[in-house]
Amino acid sequence: MTAIEEQGTSLWRDAWIKLCKNYLALLGLAIILLLCLVSLLTPWIAPYGYEEQNLLLGATPPSAAHWLGTDIFGRDMLTRIMYGGRVSLTVGFIATAVALVIGVLWGAIAGFVGGRVDAVMMRIVDIMYALPFMIFIVLLMVVFGRNILLLFLAIGAVEWLTMARIVRGQVMNLRKQEFVEAAYSLGLSQWTIIRRHIIPNTLGPVIVYTTLTIPSVMLLEAFLSFLGLGIQPPQSSWGLLINYGVETMEEYPWLLIFPGVTLSLTLFALNFLGDGLRDALDPRTSKDQ
Amino acid sequence: MALLEVEGLKVYFHTRNGVVKAVDDVSFSVDCGETLAIVGESGSGKSVTCYSLLDLLPKPPARIEGGTALFDGEDLLTCDSTRMRHFRGNDIAVIFQDPMTSLNPFISIGEQLIEPLIYHPDPARKQSRETARKRAIELLDEVGIIDPKSRVDCYPHEFSGGMRQRVMIAMALINEPRLLICDEPTTALDVTIQAQILTLIKKLQETRDVAVIFISHDLGVVAGIADKVLVMCEGTIREAGDTDTIFYHSQNDYTQKLLAAIPEGAKQLPNRAQPDNVLVEVTNLKTHFTDYNKPSNQDNVIRAVDGVSLSIQRGEISGLVGESGSGKSTLGRSILQLAPTTAGQVTFDGTSLTGLNAKQLVPWRRKMQMIFQDPYASLNPRMTVYQTLAEPLLYHGLANRKTIDQQVRQLMDDVGLVHSQLRKYPHEFSGGQRQRIAIGRAIATKPELIIADEPVSALDVTIQAQVLDLILDLVERHNLTMLFISHDLSVVRYISDRVMVMNRGVIIEQGDTEALWADPQQAYTKQLLKAIPLADPRMERVRLADAQADV
Repeated sequence: MTAIEEQGTSLWRDAWIKLCKNYLALLGLAIILLLCLVSLLTPWIAPYGYEEQNLLLGATPPSAAHWLGTDIFGRDMLTRIMYGGRVSLTVGFIATAVALVIGVLWGAIAGFVGGRVDAVMMRIVDIMYALPFMIFIVLLMVVFGRNILLLFLAIGAVEWLTMARIVRGQVMNLRKQEFVEAAYSLGLSQWTIIRRHIIPNTLGPVIVYTTLTIPSVMLLEAFLSFLGLGIQPPQSSWGLLINYGVETMEEYPWLLIFPGVTLSLTLFALNFLGDGLRDALDPRTSKDQ
Repeated sequence: MALLEVEGLKVYFHTRNGVVKAVDDVSFSVDCGETLAIVGESGSGKSVTCYSLLDLLPKPPARIEGGTALFDGEDLLTCDSTRMRHFRGNDIAVIFQDPMTSLNPFISIGEQLIEPLIYHPDPARKQSRETARKRAIELLDEVGIIDPKSRVDCYPHEFSGGMRQRVMIAMALINEPRLLICDEPTTALDVTIQAQILTLIKKLQETRDVAVIFISHDLGVVAGIADKVLVMCEGTIREAGDTDTIFYHSQNDYTQKLLAAIPEGAKQLPNRAQPDNVLVEVTNLKTHFTDYNKPSNQDNVIRAVDGVSLSIQRGEISGLVGESGSGKSTLGRSILQLAPTTAGQVTFDGTSLTGLNAKQLVPWRRKMQMIFQDPYASLNPRMTVYQTLAEPLLYHGLANRKTIDQQVRQLMDDVGLVHSQLRKYPHEFSGGQRQRIAIGRAIATKPELIIADEPVSALDVTIQAQVLDLILDLVERHNLTMLFISHDLSVVRYISDRVMVMNRGVIIEQGDTEALWADPQQAYTKQLLKAIPLADPRMERVRLADAQADV
């Protein structure tokens, strides 16, 4: 089995070689890595503390002391954005990862096994869709108490539904292909077929949907926090900063612009990277085309 | 002056990898009442030539670099798009290869047929819905659709492949074209349907005096209907002349290669069957499916395989022939336990397989393998050749990490591929090479039985011949027993020792290949044998005339 695994990396190795030739995707990757690094080191490199107030200062536009200005409590925006990134990026990546793993497995199994199993699994998805999201979250909060880990799980548990549907559709199509039947006739187990022949062929749409999920998860977190169900001030996240920025947009536009630009930059970087990954993982888009 | 005169046509594709000369300096002419066959392998430029006449090529990357194509004195290559629409609508019609995908599934046949008439831009030719409908019914009748009055309101899925191709022909004829371009119109069809369509095209051409351009990869198919033949290869004309000259007095190596590739005659190798050593025994096997399109209170069972008994001896190559829908593929899959069987027994080497579950089957799977029809669908597009060939070896523990490289290379040698291609993905190979990879995967586990389901029917004639020879060679070297499923009787005769004829889920006749060919007992078998096109123009014309008389 181990030897199969070793040879199995070659799609990924080829993908990496191709990705390295796609400068836009590499730029996206670099931006995301940079953002992650900054978030990781924030407690040491941030110019101010995140709750350090200077009420006398109030809201000031960008200056030498405060590069991105200060908010109405005189807190440094750069610091707030850096700390906000810690929350937003963690929520974005972890919740999406949860959604990705559950969604792909759920969809792949439902689509591959088919029949009653498929019917039951997809009805569960339908029921989850029908459940009002807010009530679901509030219920979780009531039962388990407020907790940032719970937030990830709650968001992830909702976001995987669409992923499962996308993957299921793909798999139902792939299941009828002759190479899957060939794998059957070689005596491969169902799990091996799903893992080696089905899932790699669903990667294209999955990657694109993943890169779209991350920013939407970040905004969902802001929405929940805004309602008081997520993180609490003085902690911050990009979504929360944007929400506050919108309120004072006319007087202090920089409170909206800088968090907004940061979120957009992340989104662009993710999209470039996602497109690059999709192309790189498809052997049919050849290296020189 | 001829109806269509093409002079020095050049079509180049400008890709990022450089310029591909798809058509390079091609000249030909075709007149009313005449049939020109353009023959060549995939990629020879035969379709591009014809599509460029009607401006049907994607531009870019295609670009017409030179030449003229005078249709009735007017150049098709330089006319504007309004004029081109006029030609397409009135004078030139195309019949495409695949009748399954060229009809819109959401619109009834009648509606699709009359569309060009009721929306005709020319007021003089525009017709009312009623007259157009009448015309459509007449045409359906002419192309041999039974009961056209009620069939005109049916949807494409209610027609079989052959009937759809007839509808496509009716559609092409609706505006009374003067030139009909047929792009491999019979390649996707069964041999009996192919014979009918060929007869039909021949008859229509005689009665209507249209010019026909018939594109095919198979010289054998065009022998009876073509007046002139154009042999193309790599974008250039290799040989042109009237049909008899090409078939009987060809001077060109390439034409001779094409002619030699047509499978003809009996199997050359000796029968290696070991009498009294039965490898596979099938008794009264039934595979039924439920047709969910029909209400459950009606008879909604599809009896794909309905009581088949057969035995295959070790070392034997058995052919299984039948038309699409006869259940031959399902039978093959049922023997391998890839389709769920309803009743009956499959015994492999003395062990009954029908009672085993998936886990118990694994050691047997190793011993019986399958080669699939479509080499484009049967290989995982995200696995390299190396991975595809190594997977069965490693999974069944037939190789370890030290020996795997050597064994995969050995397989590549066996199927005639070079080692430098090991790290490539399936899309980088041609159809024939892909089928070689699929064959390599099938023989990797050193199986005893191989079931080949139409392994060459998706391939060009020349490639077909190579792959058939490869299969014969491997059967010989690896002591294989083979069940060879095909709708192409010439191929089956070329490869198999014994033949079984299947129709509607049952085997109606079986016997040694040559005996069955010489003296078929069943009417259905006779009909199948009569439908095989002959690669000899004089004999083929007689055969077509007979067939026409029968209709």
